[in-house]
Amino acid sequence: MRTINPKVHRRPHSITHPRKSIALTLIMILFLAYALVPLLWLVINANKTQTELFTVSGLAPGGSFALFDNIVATFTYRDGIFGRWLGNTLLYVVAGAGGATFLATLAGYGLAKYAMPGRRAYFAVVLGAIAVPGTALAVPTFLLFSRLGLTDTPWAIIIPSLISPFGLYLIWVYTLESVPKELLEAARIDGASEMRIFFTIAIRLLAPGIVTVALFAIVATWNNYFLPLIMLRDPDWYPLTVGLNQWSAQASGVGAEPIYHLVLAGSVITIVPIIAVFILLQRFWQSGLSTGSVKG
Amino acid sequence: MTTVLTEPAVGVDRARAARGRRPRPPRDWRGWQFAGPFAVVFVLVFIAPLAYALWLSLFQTRMIGGTVFVGFDNYATALGDAQFWDGFSRVFVFLLVQVPIMLLLALVAALAIDSARLYASGLFRLVIFLPYAVPAVVAVLMWGFIYGDNFGLAADLNDLFGTDVIRPFAPEWILGSIGNIVTWEFVGYNMLIFYSALKTVPYELYEAAEIDGASGFQVLKAVKLPAVRGAVVIATIFSIIGSFQLFNEPNVIAPLAANVITSDYTPNMYAYNLSFAGQQYNYAATIAIIMGLITAVIAYAVQLRGTRREDR
Amino acid sequence: MSTSQPQRLARRTLFLASGTGLLGAALTACGDDAGPAENGEPADLDAALEEGGELTYWTWTPSGQAQVDAFMAAHPNVTVELVNAGTGTDQYTALQNAVAAGSGAPDVAQIEYYALQQFALSEALVDLTQYGFADFEADYTASTWSAVNLNGGVYGLPQDSGPLVMAYNQAVFDEFGIAVPATWEEYITAAEALHTADADRYLTNDAGDAGYAQPLIWQADGRPYEVDGENVTIDLQDEGTRRWADAWNRMLEPGLLAPIPTWSDDWWQALSNGTIASLITGAWIPGILQGSVPDGAGHWRIAPVPSYDGSPATSENGGSAQSVLQQSKNPALAAAFLRWLNHSEDSVGVFLDSGGFPATTADLESEEFLGAAPEYFGGQQINQVLVEAAGNVEPGFQYLPFQVYANSIFPDTVGTAYVDRSDLNTGLQAWQEQLVTYGNSQGFKVN
Repeated sequence: MRTINPKVHRRPHSITHPRKSIALTLIMILFLAYALVPLLWLVINANKTQTELFTVSGLAPGGSFALFDNIVATFTYRDGIFGRWLGNTLLYVVAGAGGATFLATLAGYGLAKYAMPGRRAYFAVVLGAIAVPGTALAVPTFLLFSRLGLTDTPWAIIIPSLISPFGLYLIWVYTLESVPKELLEAARIDGASEMRIFFTIAIRLLAPGIVTVALFAIVATWNNYFLPLIMLRDPDWYPLTVGLNQWSAQASGVGAEPIYHLVLAGSVITIVPIIAVFILLQRFWQSGLSTGSVKG
Repeated sequence: MTTVLTEPAVGVDRARAARGRRPRPPRDWRGWQFAGPFAVVFVLVFIAPLAYALWLSLFQTRMIGGTVFVGFDNYATALGDAQFWDGFSRVFVFLLVQVPIMLLLALVAALAIDSARLYASGLFRLVIFLPYAVPAVVAVLMWGFIYGDNFGLAADLNDLFGTDVIRPFAPEWILGSIGNIVTWEFVGYNMLIFYSALKTVPYELYEAAEIDGASGFQVLKAVKLPAVRGAVVIATIFSIIGSFQLFNEPNVIAPLAANVITSDYTPNMYAYNLSFAGQQYNYAATIAIIMGLITAVIAYAVQLRGTRREDR
Repeated sequence: MSTSQPQRLARRTLFLASGTGLLGAALTACGDDAGPAENGEPADLDAALEEGGELTYWTWTPSGQAQVDAFMAAHPNVTVELVNAGTGTDQYTALQNAVAAGSGAPDVAQIEYYALQQFALSEALVDLTQYGFADFEADYTASTWSAVNLNGGVYGLPQDSGPLVMAYNQAVFDEFGIAVPATWEEYITAAEALHTADADRYLTNDAGDAGYAQPLIWQADGRPYEVDGENVTIDLQDEGTRRWADAWNRMLEPGLLAPIPTWSDDWWQALSNGTIASLITGAWIPGILQGSVPDGAGHWRIAPVPSYDGSPATSENGGSAQSVLQQSKNPALAAAFLRWLNHSEDSVGVFLDSGGFPATTADLESEEFLGAAPEYFGGQQINQVLVEAAGNVEPGFQYLPFQVYANSIFPDTVGTAYVDRSDLNTGLQAWQEQLVTYGNSQGFKVN
C-alpha cells in the first residue's frame, strides 16, 4: 500500500480536494430524477390492483396498498411458476455469468501476457463476430443447437452466456495495468507452472477487475431475453424476462386475461435482486474499477 | 471479418510509459491454454452459426419447390432492397443522434461524480446506473405506460398544459421516444465505464498538477479527458454495434404504437420478421451478414481514428 | 488457429446442421418421408387410449389445464403435459422452428384458423380423416368446420368460434341518445354524432390490425384470397373489400375511430371508463368483458353486427382449432386426446364454464346455454344473439397459405393508411403488391 500523504500537506480547497458544489449537485439531481421517474412509476403502479390499473392513471396512487397482495399473487399464480422462473434465472446467472467471468478472465489474461501465434487475429475475430446482428443469427444458432439436442434445455441459455467479449477486453486491459511482468518472471524462476502462476498470483491482482466483469455478466444474464425466447418452449425453463413478457402478452386475443398487476409486481421482484447485487459489489469496484489504486 | 485491432485502446500507452519500454512477452503457444476455452465456446456460439449463415445466404428455399443454390443472388437483391436500406438509414440517423447524446451525458455524469464536488456522489453513481439493471422488456413496458397519450403520463402533461403536442407514439416522435428509452437504459452503463477510466489516473498526477498551479479546467483538459479517450473509443464502438442491432426496444413497443413501427423498421427487425414470420431464412441470413460487414467497417474506422489521435 | 480443435468441431457441427432439413425444405411437399401417421383407422384411437402413453399439448387457452386434468382423471393411463409456449404468433414461431429443425414439436397444438392453412400446407399436421374425423362434420358449426377442412383433409378439430357481433355500452348510448345501429350507414352516423357531442369519446377503436380487418372484409362479402393448391389469387380490391374500405374510410379519415390499439393497456382503460362505446368483435367477447372490465358491469349489451344491406350477415373473427403434429410419436393417442378435447361433453363443459364460446352445435343449442341471462349484460340473453350470429356466417372465405407473414407486413402497408388517416384502398393495393411478390418468391403461382 502506498502511504497516503498526511492531511497537513493539503490545502482546504484544491484540485485534489475541491469545494463541494451545490449547483453541480442540483444539475445532477435532474439526472437522478430522469433515472428514477420510470422506476417510481413502476413502484407506484405495482401497488395497485388490476382494476385500479385500468381506472387510476399514471403516477397517481391507487388508494389501496396492494403491493404485498400482488407479490403473493405473483408467487402463487399458476402453481407458483414465478418462483420457478426466479430459480431458473439464478441458475443461468450462476452458471452463465460465473462461467463467462472465468473464461473471459483466462482468455483476457492469456492474450495480454503471451504473444502466442494468432493473438491479433483472435481479437479481430471476436470483435468482428459480435458486429453481426445476433437476432438474425438466431435461426442458424437454433438449428445448430437443435441438432446437438440442446434446445429446450438450460444448456441452450448457459452456453451462449459463457461468452462476454467486453469482459475479455476489460480483463486484457486490467492485466496490462495491474499484473507486472517482473512478478511473473520471479514466479517462473521459482519453477511455478503457468497455470499455477495465474491461479495463485495473477488472479489476486485481477480480483477487482474480475468483480467488475462479473457485475456486467450478471446483469447481462439476468436481463437476457432474446436467446431464451428462441431456444425455450417449455415455460418450466423460462427466465423471469421471458415469463413476464408472456404474462404481459396474455392481455391479448381470444381468451384474453390481463394480469398487469402481476406483471408489474413481477418486474419489481425482478429488479430488486440485481440492485442488491450491485450495492453489495459496490465496495469491490469502488477500488476495482480504479486499477490505479490496485497497482499501489 | 477483416478488422485488425492491434491492442485494446485503453491503458496500453500508459502501461508502456510506466515501464519505460515495450513489454515483450515470450513468443510461444502457452497463451492458448488460457485463451483456448473461450475460443472453443466462441466458435460454437458465434463462428459456427455465422459460417452456417454464410452457407445459408447462398441458397434460396421456397415453400413450393424446395432449395436451390443461387450464388450471390441474395446479396444482389439485398443491395437493391429499398426496405432494407430504409431501415438502415433509420438506424444510421439514430446512431448519429442518440449515441453522441448518450455518451456526452455519460461523460458529464462520470466527470461530475469523479470531481469530488458532489454531495453524496455514491448515491448518484448508484442511481444513475440503476436503469441498466432493469431488463429491456420491463423498461419498455414502463416507458410504454408513461408514453401513453390517452391515459399515460404524456396525456397528463397534455392536460396540464392544455395541448396535445406531446405524442410520443406519433410517427414523427417515435424514433426519439425509442432513443430516450435506449439512453435511459445505457447512460449509467457508459458512465461507469468512463468513471472507471477516470479512476485509473494516478493520484500523483493530480498532486503534480496542484503544485504546478493548474486550474480545474486545465486538469480536465490535460489529464482527465486524455484518460477517458480510450474508454470513449471502445464505448463508441459498442454503441455503434448496439445501434445497428437495434431490436428489443422497437419490437416490444410496436404493439403500443400501432402501425408506426413497421416490420422493417430496423434491419434487425426486418431480418427477424423475414425469418420467423416469412421463413426466408436465406435472405435473412444475407441481411445479417451485410449488416455485420457494415458495422465491422464502421467500428474499425472509429477505432483507427481513435488510435490515430492517441498517437499524436 | 490452423488445425486447431475448435475448427474441426465447427466443421463437424456445420455438416450436421446443413442436414437438418431446413435446406431440404421441411416446407415442401415431401410426403414420402412424412411421419408415422399415414395409415391409421378409427379403431386405433380407443386402443391407444387403452394402452396409454405420454403426450405434449401446446395451448394458451385459459381452461387448458382444467381440461387436461379432467382428461387424465378419465384416462389414467395417459399423461398429458400442457405447455404454454406463447400466445398466437409467439407460439407459431416456436412451432415453425420445431418443424424446421425436425424435432421438438408437441403432439397436439392450438392453432388459430387463419394460420391453419399455412401449417397444413407445410405438411406439419396430420390429416385426421384416417381416424374417421370427417364424420364429425355435423357436430360443428359450418364456418368452423370449413376452417379445419382444408385441401380435402381434416387438419384439426375446432375448439371455439368467433362470429362477428357488436358489443356496446348501453349507458353511453343512453347518455348520448344513440339508437343501436343495424346498418353500417347508421353506425357511421352514430360514430359522428358521439364524437361531435364529446370529443373524448369514440363509437369504436381501430388502430389498424390485420386480424381485425380481414373479418370485416369477409363480412362485407370480400373474398380477396383464393387458394387452390399452388395456385393463389389475391385481389384486395374486389367488390367486397372495397365496400369495407370505402365505409371504413368515412370513419377513419375524419378521425372517428379511436387510434387505440386493441388489447393495449389504454384499450382496457378505455373500455372501463366509457371512452370506447362499442366493439365490433368476436362472440368470445362476453367472457373477456366480465373477467377483465368489471367497471362495465350492467352497461354492456350484445347486438348483431351492423350489415351493409339490412340482411344479417357475419364472419368469423378469431377462434382456434387443435391439431395433431406430424412429429408426434403416437399420433393415434394424440388424435384420441384431441377427440376428447374438442368433441366430448366433459371437455367442452369445462371450456364453457371458463367463458369460452364453443364450436359444437349441441352445446350452442342447449336450453341452458341459450337461456343464460348474465347480470353483467343487464340480464340480456346474450347467447341467443351470439348463436344466431354463428348461423349467419357467410361461407367461402379463405386465408392465404402464408397468412402469418401476410399479417406481419400489414403495418408496413395498410397500417400507414391508418397512421396518416388516408385512403385504405391505397394501403390495400400496396399490401397486395407485396403479397404477390412474396407468394411468387415462395414458389406459388400468384394471380
